[in-house]
Amino acid sequence: MSDTEALLDVRGLKMHFPFGGGLLGGRRGKIYAVDGVDFSIMKGETLGIVGESGCGKSTTARAVAQLYKPTAGEVLLNGKDLTKLSPARLIEARRGMQMVFQDPYASLNPRMTAGDIIAEPMRIYRRRGILRMSRREIDERIEMLMERVGLSRFFKNRYPHEFSGGQRQRIGIARALALRPELILCDEPVSALDVSIQAQILNLFKDLQAEFGLTYLFIAHDLAVIQYISMRVAVMYLGVIVEISRAADLYREPLHPYTQALLSAAPIPDPEIERRRQRIILTGDVPSPDRARTGCYFYDRCWKRMDKCASSVPRLKETKDGHQVACFLYNDPD
Amino acid sequence: MTDEVILRVKDLRTYFKTDEGLVKAVDGVSLELRKGEILGIVGESGSGKSVTNLSIINMIPSPPGEIAGGEVLFRGRDLLKMGAKDIRNVRGNKISMIFQDPMTSLNPFLRISTQMMETIILHQGLGKKAAKEKAIEMLKLAGIPAPEKRIDQYPHQFSGGMRQRVMIAMGLACNPEVLIADEPTSALDVTIQAQILELVEELTARLGTAVILITHSLGVVAGMCDTLCVMYAGRIVERGTTDDIFAEPRHPYTQGLIRSVPRLDVAAADRLPSIKGQPPNVIDLPECCPFYPRCESAMEICKRSYPDSADFGSGHRVSCWLYAKERA
Repeated sequence: MSDTEALLDVRGLKMHFPFGGGLLGGRRGKIYAVDGVDFSIMKGETLGIVGESGCGKSTTARAVAQLYKPTAGEVLLNGKDLTKLSPARLIEARRGMQMVFQDPYASLNPRMTAGDIIAEPMRIYRRRGILRMSRREIDERIEMLMERVGLSRFFKNRYPHEFSGGQRQRIGIARALALRPELILCDEPVSALDVSIQAQILNLFKDLQAEFGLTYLFIAHDLAVIQYISMRVAVMYLGVIVEISRAADLYREPLHPYTQALLSAAPIPDPEIERRRQRIILTGDVPSPDRARTGCYFYDRCWKRMDKCASSVPRLKETKDGHQVACFLYNDPD
Repeated sequence: MTDEVILRVKDLRTYFKTDEGLVKAVDGVSLELRKGEILGIVGESGSGKSVTNLSIINMIPSPPGEIAGGEVLFRGRDLLKMGAKDIRNVRGNKISMIFQDPMTSLNPFLRISTQMMETIILHQGLGKKAAKEKAIEMLKLAGIPAPEKRIDQYPHQFSGGMRQRVMIAMGLACNPEVLIADEPTSALDVTIQAQILELVEELTARLGTAVILITHSLGVVAGMCDTLCVMYAGRIVERGTTDDIFAEPRHPYTQGLIRSVPRLDVAAADRLPSIKGQPPNVIDLPECCPFYPRCESAMEICKRSYPDSADFGSGHRVSCWLYAKERA
């Protein structure tokens, strides 16, 4: 894959949060939330990021969106490095990149009507002179977007509390579509929804992608959801990507011990299969990301660890045809 | 699992009075729990699964809630008719509960030892020293390393998975006959969820405790439960052994639910079959099948009245007009 086709190219992204010190004193340190992440997303592709809480998947999305100023690294959208743009230029560039959030209750302003929520991005960009649209055009687009995401346009004067969780998520999606972005960053957009509604929203994401040629960075902790929606999948653990490959390959032949454990732990809704399955039960919890690592990030919980895993950090290396894994089982330390 | 029924719920109705109208959160639920059985209750938010279980131990806040009818027979005694003192002897002792969020069910100001010993001293009449020993033993059973040290710590010093282990240790400390687990792993990561579910399965099997497991995850029930109740809008629409229901789901809702979950073991299809429409509004629900607006097999009669359950043998019962006539 050459760089020219990539819509989004993330290189060496790090996001560290300092803590402690200050007025309250206490131990000074850093949370290594994202600790060196590289990936790219082709136009029209869906890259899924999967991992457990605290692995840095949401922080990655927020750092890509420049909601945080990354500690290090580059975020190239259409070849433009967002980390180096002035605030005014960044706003212009961000038009091509929108976000959908997890909690459809917290991410919609309860005092705004559905129509105003969807119109807000357009109004902001219009006020700044970036978007040329008349009031009427905006109104028409609100109605078009609402119908497109499966909401009646007659609901545009209703407030968020009058909608169910699934409908609210549709409002959030319509808002994300308002500026005709190329890339949508979806941060756990179906995790708060009931199973029957989750399927509706996942299908909506797929339909919109086909219709508008959208590119998704799709974050979820549910492996089955990620498999359904993604063309390629990255598995994160403790702030790094441990494995990345085409979705079909990753699920058929997971290479990293963590990916293997994750897949074996996820329940399958079929009692017969569940009885036959062998689980890899990991011991312990995810360690706190509050220190720099000198060895493999998964060392503490890995059941296949070797001596060399403690002393050097495995890098992502290609094993075959686009399947990359960061594990010394497959490649030796440099 | 034996044939000895220890808990029998008959036609339970729990209603909430709200400004918008009467919410029939649980509307005629009947179920049986046998010794050593793991019974799953699945349903989506608002289906009444948690209210069912709060009603069983008579913990519905009133007002606004009210148990409008039904019986909960535990070893032949109706828990709903018991006095405050008697029911307190059952709760936490014979029937105990663990909840979804261990952080909100543990008191953040008290040491784990204080919280665990309170229950043990109260229900088992042990002295302080013996109670602490018992608590340490339970923590050890629940897989907490160095329990003699950890027991004197506060809840915030434990991780989410460890806190849930503490809750399980507390829940099982008095050797209850029934453990009600309300979404015990929904707040946990998959790798931790697998640990916790294995622990619950192993410990309750060893202690002979029957479990009611409330969850929205079909994957979790498939792996753990002997029997299953599927709830929709305050009613059980289908029940049976887990094997029967997954092998041949009968109710259109159950069928839709099972189909709409993306599965790890099946290569991604182009589109997920989904259930159309929105979850029901349970306020002032008319006497009809609440699923009919979303049902692909809906008939005229579904809008007029609620079907009796049809029997498919070995406890597999379905409330749907598709079957009601032929098997009434």
